[in-house]
Amino acid sequence: MSDQTDSSGKEKSNSASGAGSKIVERPDSQTAENGSVLPDRRTFLAGAASVLGMMAVSSCSWQEFFQQQLQRMTKKEIEETVARLQEDYKKKYGKEFVVGTESPIDGTLFGYGLDIQRCIGCRRCVYGCVEENNQSRDPQIQYIRVLRFKDGTMDLEESDIYYDPEEVPQKGYYYMPVQCQHCANAPCTKVCPVRATWTEPDGIVVVDYNWCIGCRYCMAACPYMGRWFNFTDPGIPNEQVNPKTHYLGNRPRMRNVVEKCTFCIQRVRKGIYPKCVEVCPVGARKFGNLLDPNSEISMIIKTKRVFRLKEDLNTQPKFYYFFAT
Amino acid sequence: MQRSGFLFAAAGRLTTGPRIYYIWVLVLLVTAIVGIAAYTRQLQQGLIVSGMTSYVSWGLYIGNFTFLVGVAAAAVLLIIPAYLYDFGPIKEVVIVGEALAVSALCMCLMFVTADLGRPDRVWHLIPGLGILNLPRSLLGWDIVVLNGYLLLNLFIPGYLLWKAYNQKPENMNFILPFILLSIPWAVSIHTVTAFIYNGLVARPFWNASILAPRFLASAFCSGPALVILLYQIVRKYTKFHVKDEALFKIAEMISIAMAINLFLLGAEFYKEIYSDSYHLAPFKYLYAGLHGKGMLVPWIWTAFTFNIIAFFIFLIPITRKNFATLNAGCVLIIVGIWIEKGMGLIIPGFIPAPLGEVWEYLPTRIEILVSMGIWAIGLLILTLILKIIIPIETGEFTKATQIERAYPHSGVHP
Repeated sequence: MSDQTDSSGKEKSNSASGAGSKIVERPDSQTAENGSVLPDRRTFLAGAASVLGMMAVSSCSWQEFFQQQLQRMTKKEIEETVARLQEDYKKKYGKEFVVGTESPIDGTLFGYGLDIQRCIGCRRCVYGCVEENNQSRDPQIQYIRVLRFKDGTMDLEESDIYYDPEEVPQKGYYYMPVQCQHCANAPCTKVCPVRATWTEPDGIVVVDYNWCIGCRYCMAACPYMGRWFNFTDPGIPNEQVNPKTHYLGNRPRMRNVVEKCTFCIQRVRKGIYPKCVEVCPVGARKFGNLLDPNSEISMIIKTKRVFRLKEDLNTQPKFYYFFAT
Repeated sequence: MQRSGFLFAAAGRLTTGPRIYYIWVLVLLVTAIVGIAAYTRQLQQGLIVSGMTSYVSWGLYIGNFTFLVGVAAAAVLLIIPAYLYDFGPIKEVVIVGEALAVSALCMCLMFVTADLGRPDRVWHLIPGLGILNLPRSLLGWDIVVLNGYLLLNLFIPGYLLWKAYNQKPENMNFILPFILLSIPWAVSIHTVTAFIYNGLVARPFWNASILAPRFLASAFCSGPALVILLYQIVRKYTKFHVKDEALFKIAEMISIAMAINLFLLGAEFYKEIYSDSYHLAPFKYLYAGLHGKGMLVPWIWTAFTFNIIAFFIFLIPITRKNFATLNAGCVLIIVGIWIEKGMGLIIPGFIPAPLGEVWEYLPTRIEILVSMGIWAIGLLILTLILKIIIPIETGEFTKATQIERAYPHSGVHP
């Protein structure tokens, strides 16, 4: 019996009409309650007016306004939120969206390897990432920055990301792509005043875009330029939007929140390689489970010469640069 | 009844004054409205209307915030000698200092809000309803200490003035613990604000232990300098009386604070220049320019020169005790510290960016207008507070005088 009512409740909350009937219900019951006590009603109206004012400013629905942080939502609340988001995105982009909420797979800790010797600086990873992860095209946001160094130096200040030759690789240079390093001792997550960003059990550092207050403290804390801010509404042509998303990953963002690389959480939790690994034409990018001693990434760490960027800061990145030969 | 009587009388006092008062309030109101209009534009279009980027992600707003936290904290400098050592002349100045602290804190909170991308989500900071990430986030701690300090600074003078209004003696046993508490609390607001920047390993310019002590030293210059100017204005336009001696004493304290500030700056300079590591880059950017970019260079040297000149003005007794040079010194110090602890502290923290890029920052017109608006609202708050509390302090505005005004011939006294 109880099982049946449970499942029917779920169905209702999943469907748009179910969520809709709820919106009507609540204000009704509230006005009825307050009808008998006038001053209460007035304060209620004043409160409602200010909330409405805030919502008008942020141009979001009241469910979105009161939405909780993902980790504090019940399963039912997550389902309702996902249904609402899919509806909103469909309205905005004219496509059926999937907003996944796949949990970490037990026994996984993701790690990344980048073969500096092999990288040719073609930036296919940069644009593959933009397409996969729905970054804003106008203004441009890119998670991966490919640094070009002159041979014989690794001085970041002397590096160049705006190189533009006819052909890569160029003689006398080598390339080092940098993105979020998914630090085990992440300086960015601990500074967040509202815990809108955290490290998942599988090692991915994520942001709850609906919980971020836009203070940009995490950006000041990151030593790798791993975080980017949407200073205005992200501009993505409808036909270029990727509708296969994850709540903590590439779902469309709103203005004035922080975003970052998530190792393509929407892919890797389904066992697919991150987009940057997939598009790399020379196989310089490796990805896998650090907890599996036989995974490719574990073998690289064991058998190759590896280093991590700015290791002296004790951020303990799970992003390893290596030399394959 | 009693309370509404007070409110009516207070409202009456706020709307009457000499012509210059009306002009002053009008100018502040107009500036505030322009600022609010500019902020509305920012809300409509997003922070893209600011000069901030993902490279330099804090700017004019956070710079002003940092400076004003220092101003608010400096009230403590006036509280310590006044209450603990019972140094008569300064006690009168404390009320003005606390009024300044309250308005500075209001401006701080407004500047942080202006900087926030999603002000509609501030409720996420309320523990329970949202999540305040304590004890890990220093920004969380800053919210706690700033609001606590605001409450303390409203409560203490509020209590003292209410007693003065009712012409009853204050109960020192009751209020003294709060006064004592406010002293470490004042130190804490500026220390925690320094720790916000100080704890970031990604930003070598801020990641130096000297930051918090320097914050305090410079705050003890700019805050009291503002109080000296403010007090002269108050003295000119009201019956509030304070001896020159008190002002000179504060000026003397400023010279000590400035000496410490300059010493710490020297220590910082030595460490960076002698060790000559890559940590030197932001200093180079600030004081000499980096890769041909150096928008802040003229500003920081201006600040440096102003601070040095002001230091000597406050150090030498003849110039310290001459109001022309004293006031010039105050202005120099306020401007000097505003540059040094504002843009001069925030911007170089982001330059060069963690991957070595040099992106400069220039505030946009919207940012400047919003900042001016916040200053105007803050000064308006200060003006209105002083308009009420100074007559209470001088005994012109008490319950007795109110009753006398209402019933001039009855001779009723409470």
